[in-house]
Amino acid sequence: MIKQPILDVSGLTMDFGGIRALSALDLDVMSGEIVALIGPNGAGKTTFFNCITGIYTPTEGNIWLTPPGGAKKISLNGLKPNQITEKGLARTFQNIRLFSKMTVLENVMIGRHCRTKAFIFGAIFRNKATLREEQDILETSYAILEKVGLADYADEFADNLPYGAQRRLEIARALATEPLLLLLDEPAAGMNPQETIELEHLIREISREGQAILLIEHDMKLVMSLSDRIFVMDYGKKIAQGTPSEIRENPAVIKAYLGEEVDA
Amino acid sequence: MGLLKELQKGALISLWFVFLTFPVMVIKVDPIARTVAWRWLNALYMAVGTFIIYYIAQFFLKRKENQKETNDNKEQNLSVIHRILQNPRQRIILGAVLAVVAVLFPQVLSAYQTNVMTTALMYVVLGLGLNIVVGLAGLLDLGFVAFYAVGAYTYALLNLHFGLGFWTVLPIGGLFAATFGILLGFPVLRLRGDYLAIVTLGFGEIIRLVLENWGKFSKGPSGISNISRPGFFGVDFDLQSSIIYTYYLMVILVMVTIFVVNRLQDSRLGRAWIALREDEIACQAMGIDKRKTKLVAFSLGAFWAGIMGVMFAAKTTFVNPASFTFLESAIILSIVVLGGMGSIVGVLLGALILILMPEYLRALSQYRMLAFGAILVCMMIFRPQGLIANIRRTYTFKKKPQSH
Repeated sequence: MIKQPILDVSGLTMDFGGIRALSALDLDVMSGEIVALIGPNGAGKTTFFNCITGIYTPTEGNIWLTPPGGAKKISLNGLKPNQITEKGLARTFQNIRLFSKMTVLENVMIGRHCRTKAFIFGAIFRNKATLREEQDILETSYAILEKVGLADYADEFADNLPYGAQRRLEIARALATEPLLLLLDEPAAGMNPQETIELEHLIREISREGQAILLIEHDMKLVMSLSDRIFVMDYGKKIAQGTPSEIRENPAVIKAYLGEEVDA
Repeated sequence: MGLLKELQKGALISLWFVFLTFPVMVIKVDPIARTVAWRWLNALYMAVGTFIIYYIAQFFLKRKENQKETNDNKEQNLSVIHRILQNPRQRIILGAVLAVVAVLFPQVLSAYQTNVMTTALMYVVLGLGLNIVVGLAGLLDLGFVAFYAVGAYTYALLNLHFGLGFWTVLPIGGLFAATFGILLGFPVLRLRGDYLAIVTLGFGEIIRLVLENWGKFSKGPSGISNISRPGFFGVDFDLQSSIIYTYYLMVILVMVTIFVVNRLQDSRLGRAWIALREDEIACQAMGIDKRKTKLVAFSLGAFWAGIMGVMFAAKTTFVNPASFTFLESAIILSIVVLGGMGSIVGVLLGALILILMPEYLRALSQYRMLAFGAILVCMMIFRPQGLIANIRRTYTFKKKPQSH
């Protein structure tokens, strides 16, 4: 059986006025893989995330999502962010965007929103189906909190959590939407070394359960040890792709990160 | 900091107040005798009064700051009311006391008092309705009175032209207002904060102006009179018992509203509203349909305003556009903000205080609005989060025994 990529992006271009933030970018993620997207600041990594999650509408290009198990592939072009999440892409944010005045548990429960149905009628009359659904939301959310190690904080307000825990909560919230592909935007940014190690364990654990992950990250040690494949961007273009060892040797990547040597 | 400096500041402030109140307190013109009386003694009272009040306020502010530093403890931040509500036994006692008071109220007190209380209860429901939009979903709506007007005119017109009764129109008025909520919701879906406030403000004025100027439809500024009072299986009431009946009706409506709003708040939908208020982008990224959630908030809020509009028309038996000015929206919004955004108990207290206070301050006659304003200002200084801040529900979770 030929392995189908879960996410298949081809020719993705994004213009802001006269500025081309992304130009003809191709990227794919296979099921169960951890793929990293790296590049210097301003290379367009977060723009890429915003394009595929529907926050920006890309100027050109196709985004395809293929659920595993031989289902037909779905085009994500032109869908709204919430529809894309429903289809199976869930993300975290570079600058943490938690619901700060909600409890930790409620934050995760919000993630269950798109997998549940109760509406006005169910809310008012609390019929059997709604009660069962609420119980299910509660149990699933709690289980996810246990997985990321935040169960003890369940009733705490989200903005009372330490920084590293807030990052993990964002991951937990995204996991609650049952994504086919988890998008992490700089999950280790601002973390101390201890927190980074814990994060690495968490990502590995999630990945072991078969979760495909695409992450943007600046911490090279983390990227090199975690990723199966790496895509490198600079000035909106893809300059390299390959396994960590290939990327480490790639002259274009070294040039982008360290600059060119000038012969006197 | 030196005591001298404090004294200096107090003196300056009282001087400033003397200057501000000078035209009102000191000069008295008698237009008939054509004389001007200079009441210098008043200026002295003013100065001394302000001086003392300044230090009292200063004292309380200091104490509040100290409190903030010392108590980070969550338990201590819980107000008395919340502590009572969290204890099931005390909750039942409180409920029973309230029920007895509510039942006995019209029997013990005069028809005037009952009528005032009925009005206050109507504002409770209006406040709870707006609370869905502003407190939970975080959409600042300054034109809430428009939906109130829609409900009132729905009843007035249907009663005038088709002779429909109160009970028939009650749901119709609510649904009609909810439809208007959706109609307003569509164009403002993209707006937030100040922009949303301005557009909704405009919408409120449009409804009022249409009612005022479209004479053929709404009878213009002269309004519609002789609207039927709420009926009760065809029983004819005299005025006295009708007032009492309306009061009991309102008590029941308030209970129904509290029940429904409470359940909405603690549901999947309620969580989505709060998430929307907290962070719109993250909310969408978590798979919540922003459009649908906002429209539902608008229409559910408007529904209660519509119901209360019908109630208002039936209670006063007369509607005209002058009852639906911006001031009305502002009062309902103050109820929500003063009570505590998103808090049901808060809105309840806020409405009772804001509506009953001006009534009972009548003893102060001409200073009544001044006193009212002063109380509001003090509220915002000492409890900016509202009387009763909302606390999120905590979920008790018991782990099920593992089945595998």
